[in-house]
Amino acid sequence: MCGIVGLYLKDPALEPRLGALFEPMLVSMADRGPDSAGFAVYGDEVDDGMLKFTLQNADPALDWDALVAGLTRDLDATVDWFRNASAVVLKTRAAEAAVRGWLADNAPDTRLMSVGRSIEILKGVGHPKLVADRFSLAQMQGSHIIGHTRMATESGVSMEGSHPFTTGEDLCLVHNGSLSNHNRLRLTLERAGIRFQTNNDSEVAAAYLSERMSRGETLTEALEAAIDDLDGFFTFTIGTRDGFAVLRDPIACKPAVLAETDAFVAMASEYRALAKLPGIAHARVWEPEPGRVYVWEHSTRTSMQETGT
Amino acid sequence: MRTISLSETSVREANRQLHDQTAELAEAQWRITDPEGRHALACGLDQTLEVEIDGHAGYYCAGMNQKARVTINGMVGVGVAENMMSGQVRVKGNASQSAGATAHGGLLVIEGDASARCGISMKGVDIVVGGSVGHLSAFMGQAGRLVVCGDAGEALGDSIYEARLYVRGSVKSLGADCVEKEMRDEHLAELRDLLDAAGLDARAEDFRRYGSARELYNFKVDNADEY
Repeated sequence: MCGIVGLYLKDPALEPRLGALFEPMLVSMADRGPDSAGFAVYGDEVDDGMLKFTLQNADPALDWDALVAGLTRDLDATVDWFRNASAVVLKTRAAEAAVRGWLADNAPDTRLMSVGRSIEILKGVGHPKLVADRFSLAQMQGSHIIGHTRMATESGVSMEGSHPFTTGEDLCLVHNGSLSNHNRLRLTLERAGIRFQTNNDSEVAAAYLSERMSRGETLTEALEAAIDDLDGFFTFTIGTRDGFAVLRDPIACKPAVLAETDAFVAMASEYRALAKLPGIAHARVWEPEPGRVYVWEHSTRTSMQETGT
Repeated sequence: MRTISLSETSVREANRQLHDQTAELAEAQWRITDPEGRHALACGLDQTLEVEIDGHAGYYCAGMNQKARVTINGMVGVGVAENMMSGQVRVKGNASQSAGATAHGGLLVIEGDASARCGISMKGVDIVVGGSVGHLSAFMGQAGRLVVCGDAGEALGDSIYEARLYVRGSVKSLGADCVEKEMRDEHLAELRDLLDAAGLDARAEDFRRYGSARELYNFKVDNADEY
């Protein structure tokens, strides 16, 4: 089943309240996905030339101070960092490949959850309310956020199988549905150099988009291609550093509702996730059309690009 | 008039109060506030009630309705008025998928747009949509009428039996065994009655009629021995 939710702020004045507005959205979709939950928050952007790495380790006794000290020493790079429950966010000028390599050699149990200038992905097993509390979601600030509540069907209940999935800098995807041609696509993408962390079908969808965008396609172009290339049921919500997108498969097997005001765009599996948003009574509320790409980007904060096939 | 706020009363309790009117009608006028997209509101009614829902409703709103008139001052989720038997359900906003699915009777009015599969497997209900409908509307429609003042999506009336379809705007494509049919006087008359009943201002002459070509397997007399 699963529930997906997203909130993209157009009014920067709401950014300090992003987590507080979003937490009830995520928790309201717990009925659709009580196994595990996760979210990708965009904000607190680092300067050009720097990257943020979100790491997660299930061991509460892990010595993060020692891990960061080792990384700093071996990579000869300054690392700013903070801890949030089982996760740590590093900000550094070190290159992605160097950090990945160091983690593989020195901390193989620590998972790299996200890489980018803006994105932080936090996820875990448990009721969505517990996951939200664990990471203090309600206190978070930022420009946009997408989340997922999971009822597992295609792979086991684990932190790794939880959404959002990311396979490229600042790009992430949440998925309600199931893909039927993900194994073949995974092989093609692996040959193109994409690295997968799980056998999950949704990770393949994320990789498909990041691979196309790495070749210069826009988010809209990559999603239009996905309509033809991805086979199966899907409602996707996608985040990029400055963008937010929604796409449903052409048969529209999985639900979705969108709401837009001057202050925000919100997406959810069901309207009740949106019911507490400020000004929702006067928002434009509609069901996104099947096989139609909806994209909002900060460069076009006041207008939406809509394309379809 | 009795008012129930769903921020104070559970859906189960609200529906119970409405069902309590079935055996003995004590209060005919009801107003439900703060629906906030909750599912299964005003389901299974079986009395001549007037129920107004103030706001957006979730899935299966006014499902299985008999006799009651339910008005939603907002939009509705999947399956509004599914399996309705009689009465009237009116949606002031848009409806999600499968509006009026399998409904046997009564009138469903959607003033806005309806999404995919509107009137899927309709069995006698009348559905009047002020806006457009999505793909596979009236799929396997067996009886009843579907009126669309806007456009229809792909595969309208796929595998249709005897439901009659009227569309004012464009039809993206017709489904298997669905064809355009001649609009005769009796069709104009029934379409006028439906538009009047729905309170929608449209000219019957502007619509086209679609229905079954009766060419599929189950319509062939050659296959009668199979049963």
